[in-house]
Amino acid sequence: MTAVAVAAPRRSTLTRSAGLGLGVAMLWFSLLVLIPLLAIIVTASQGGWPAFWAAITNEQTAAAIRLTVMHAFLVTAVNVVMGTVIAWVLVRDRFWGRSVLEVLIDIPFALPTIVAGLVLLALYGSDGPFGISVANRSSAVFLAFLFVTLPFVVRAVQPVLEEIEVEVEEAAVSLGASRFTVLRRIILPSLAPAIIAGATLSFARAMGEYGSLVLLSGNLPFQTEVTSVRMLGSIENDNLPGAAAIAAVLLVIALAVIVTLDVVQRKVSGRGRG
Amino acid sequence: MVAYLFLLVAWPVSLVAINTFADGPGVLLGVLADPDIIVALRLTVVVALVAVLVNTVFGVGVSLLLVRYEFPGKRVLSALIDLPLSVSPVVVGLALVLVYGGRSGWFGPALEGAGVQVIFATPGIILATAFVALPLVIREVVPVLEEIGTEQEQAARSLGAGAVQTFRRITLPAIKWGVVYGVVLSLARSLGEFGAVKVVSGNISGSTRTATLVVEEQYLNFNQPGAYAVAFLLAMVSVACIVVVAAIRPRGNR
Repeated sequence: MTAVAVAAPRRSTLTRSAGLGLGVAMLWFSLLVLIPLLAIIVTASQGGWPAFWAAITNEQTAAAIRLTVMHAFLVTAVNVVMGTVIAWVLVRDRFWGRSVLEVLIDIPFALPTIVAGLVLLALYGSDGPFGISVANRSSAVFLAFLFVTLPFVVRAVQPVLEEIEVEVEEAAVSLGASRFTVLRRIILPSLAPAIIAGATLSFARAMGEYGSLVLLSGNLPFQTEVTSVRMLGSIENDNLPGAAAIAAVLLVIALAVIVTLDVVQRKVSGRGRG
Repeated sequence: MVAYLFLLVAWPVSLVAINTFADGPGVLLGVLADPDIIVALRLTVVVALVAVLVNTVFGVGVSLLLVRYEFPGKRVLSALIDLPLSVSPVVVGLALVLVYGGRSGWFGPALEGAGVQVIFATPGIILATAFVALPLVIREVVPVLEEIGTEQEQAARSLGAGAVQTFRRITLPAIKWGVVYGVVLSLARSLGEFGAVKVVSGNISGSTRTATLVVEEQYLNFNQPGAYAVAFLLAMVSVACIVVVAAIRPRGNR
């Protein structure tokens, strides 16, 4: 979707059949995505600002939002470092088993989230081989987030790293730059947009995560309850406006994420879209 | 780094297989003999296939529109397409309930008056699944379309080929691997959707409970072997999808 690469004059080049196709596509997209998401905003704002504010500052809800935001930030920070390192190793080093690692990176993306929760529970739950248990603790939230967000930074950084020319680095070294200077002045600046894109996606994913931690975290109010679980609780109690208020907050974050991506994608070419 | 990936991904995932077969293959066969679980597995497959089909047609069409045409609002559309990737599955479920819910949804009562139940029925599960997997085909096909350019298409058109013929003979073969890649990713995502489906399906055993919901239900009912067995089936499919993608990738972009 790096479609608008050139700032061409905005005029429609649609043929009649393409216009028809666009109409059908927009109708489906609206029915499936836009109208339902609009319904969330409308439902959340039905009681006016005071009702919305009361719903999201409800003690239990606010605690859930705080917990989720905090862990989403922590996990994103870990991903920025580990994701970049993993991408670096996958691109620059040739070693046996590299293709296995490639597959491993994508597993969290494809594995059903409930299965992810189950497997993490098997290893880090109370019956796990380590004898440590994250079950029913907030570290369970961290662990689940870490698992499901693993691929984002790696997959965003990898294609960009592949295109950086080693010659530039060699030239810098031959001119007397230290490895640290090369990293700071040459590599990191060119990777920055991709890292930001990956970090943004990873943050968004963590903010909305549900399936992988529902078995793991115990969903204890004020302790391990995240926003998605809180929302589902409201839905099950038939408190749709309350759920919609939390959903609206998540939706605003999701919109901020795609705006960030849209800005960043202009700096990252081709497949570097995370 | 290898240790990090091993502890975070490889070891936990391998435990699904180990735990499933810890007591021999009996548990897996027992699960496959449970009629409610069979219904759930069949529902999951049907829903995933329909959602993938819809998303593939929509995805290829929208990719063509985004890459080959200029129209007002294109940049907004291109950005909004990515929205399902960053929205929580529970938000997706809630959004669909608010619009298609039979009791108080915007369109729900009218649809039920016409005899179509969406929420707590298969159509709702399909909508939720299609929603969460929506951008995956587009994200794979758009870069390929941009890379191949329009020269061959223009040549075909100038030699008298129609729009359909040009698409079928020139464009489609060129973007084939991008489409396959997107389809495989969509399939994995569709088979495994949990949160959104949980909200819209009603989770009725033997009717609207999907495979991922079975995993949760079995686990919560202290039937861990059953949970692992179904999880194993799901994990097998998703790992197979990833391996297929890894195998075809070198022909494409990497």
